[in-house]
Amino acid sequence: MVRYQSAGLLLAGALSLLATTALAQQQATPAQPPAAAALPPGSPLIGRPDNNPAAAKLAPVPSPPLATAADKLPLDKLKAPKGFEIEVYASGMPNARSMVLDDKGTVFVGSRLQDKVYAITNKNGKREVKVLVSGLYRPNGVAFKNGTLYIAELSQISKIDNVEDKLDSSPKPTVIYNDLPKDEAHGWKYLAIGPDNKLYFEVGQPGNNVLHDSAHGQLRRINLDGSGAEVIAFGIRNTVGFDWNPKNKELYFTDNGRDWLSEDLPNDELNRITKIGQDFGAPYCYQGDIPDPDFGWGHSCSEFVPPVALMGPHAAALGMKFYTGTMFPAEYRGQILVARHGSWNKTKKFGGDIALVKLNKDGTVKSVEPFITGFLQPDNNYVARPVDVMNMPDGSILVSDDWNGAVYRVSYGSKKTAER
Amino acid sequence: MTDKGRLVRKSIAVLTLGCLTALPASAQTVKERLPTCLACHGENGQSKNPEVPSLGAQQVFYVTVQLLMFRERMRVVDPMNDMAKGLSDDDLRSLADFISKLPAPQPPDGPVDNARIERARTLVEKNHCNICHTATFAGQENVPHIADQREDYLIKALRGYKDNSRRGYDAAMADVIEPITDAQILDLAYYIARVK
Repeated sequence: MVRYQSAGLLLAGALSLLATTALAQQQATPAQPPAAAALPPGSPLIGRPDNNPAAAKLAPVPSPPLATAADKLPLDKLKAPKGFEIEVYASGMPNARSMVLDDKGTVFVGSRLQDKVYAITNKNGKREVKVLVSGLYRPNGVAFKNGTLYIAELSQISKIDNVEDKLDSSPKPTVIYNDLPKDEAHGWKYLAIGPDNKLYFEVGQPGNNVLHDSAHGQLRRINLDGSGAEVIAFGIRNTVGFDWNPKNKELYFTDNGRDWLSEDLPNDELNRITKIGQDFGAPYCYQGDIPDPDFGWGHSCSEFVPPVALMGPHAAALGMKFYTGTMFPAEYRGQILVARHGSWNKTKKFGGDIALVKLNKDGTVKSVEPFITGFLQPDNNYVARPVDVMNMPDGSILVSDDWNGAVYRVSYGSKKTAER
Repeated sequence: MTDKGRLVRKSIAVLTLGCLTALPASAQTVKERLPTCLACHGENGQSKNPEVPSLGAQQVFYVTVQLLMFRERMRVVDPMNDMAKGLSDDDLRSLADFISKLPAPQPPDGPVDNARIERARTLVEKNHCNICHTATFAGQENVPHIADQREDYLIKALRGYKDNSRRGYDAAMADVIEPITDAQILDLAYYIARVK
């Protein structure tokens, strides 16, 4: 008799935030019930209870592989507070993920499941989507500095110099750093350049809840030429979004919590780095106060740095930015906007919105509230899923949506059309 | 290229030449290409060509993803990249829809080795194949229908995931195949090609 239920289950085969590893190292065996011991270390199924029909229905939600046609985008379903407008900035970019803006108004968009980095050019208000480069391996991370575009794939960081001159010439990126594991699970990367002019990216934990070696579960930085790699922070399960507080240059990052603990716990985290070498707890302690039932024995959550905010259960908090514009009302200025991609490991889904995180003067968090909603609908289905947030020079923001392969622009006040 | 690959290539070349039009695949509409598709993959969802998969009753989502990967060369497989070249997104959708409506492939006739079947059943339970692919192996959404797929194609696919020569849209198959030996791949393919 088949032990597991199979009703409506979309599993490790699905397109997920928790894609599984192909080359997992041999690790200390987690204390799993015997039936689950056969699962490979990277599998998002590890920890899922047996013989539980409700649990058996939960699996990562596959995103549509083709971009939604512009006239079919669910703009009417996305909601923002009074005075805000949401419009389509660009569409037709399947699996549109992290974004970066260059100095000529071009927006580059990475992708996790497909092989492309897109460019949205903007000439005299006319926008056009191009494929800048294809044939890459999970090019989720993009960053830009001094004419050079940097791309983070699963296991290498590369660059394209003078990218603006090469938008139509299918440039071939040059690899600058590849001392990286090849694990699929949490292997895709967010990339950003700090105030110190270094490239920051993570190496995620190679599985839902696993012990790992010293090359995983961390945030690293390298010089722009790929040299000088250092580990900045430890105990990170998977961060796909981080940004520096303009006031004091402190780095804040989101971190996705483990699955198969319970419907409502743990929360995803928003963390703050105050010095190099801090440990944020994974996989021993989640959300600052939950010792992991498998690995927490012999440890205390007090050994680790707790989050500055809880971002909701299984919310999939991804890209985040400090809002640096002045277009939005005062209550938004200097606060953090976080894309919550939305849950899969929860029967009643959570997230699917852009959250507004308000800070106290000392950099701790005052509140977390939904700002732009509707990506997740009341019928418990996604019509869109936000991945990244980006400031535009005019004070509006862009939001990427990997479900539809589109980028939206959110503005405030009377100016409706996207201008430079 | 393997001997089998050469044989497949030759069969396809013969079949393609026998096709109605002399236009390269990429210049044809979906309708014009379909006879060539079916010449290799079989008119009734059942492929009679070595290592060419049966397509009958395949999941729409899965077919869309595979055709997309061929079109974008995320998977490089002769002659599929040419066959998918120039197809629009809507072409992919309508092809996927058409393919999903072809009759499901049937298991081969003849006696079965029950010991192998039992070994494979144990592997399926242990590795949870029947969770994603479902108890009947009909698949769902992005997980393919594999019930009664050609045994040689199943072997080829599983081996491809194992040595990373076949890229998955996501990492699922690469991950689950990690602990499985080649001997087990052969048993699994034997069983799944014959499920009733």
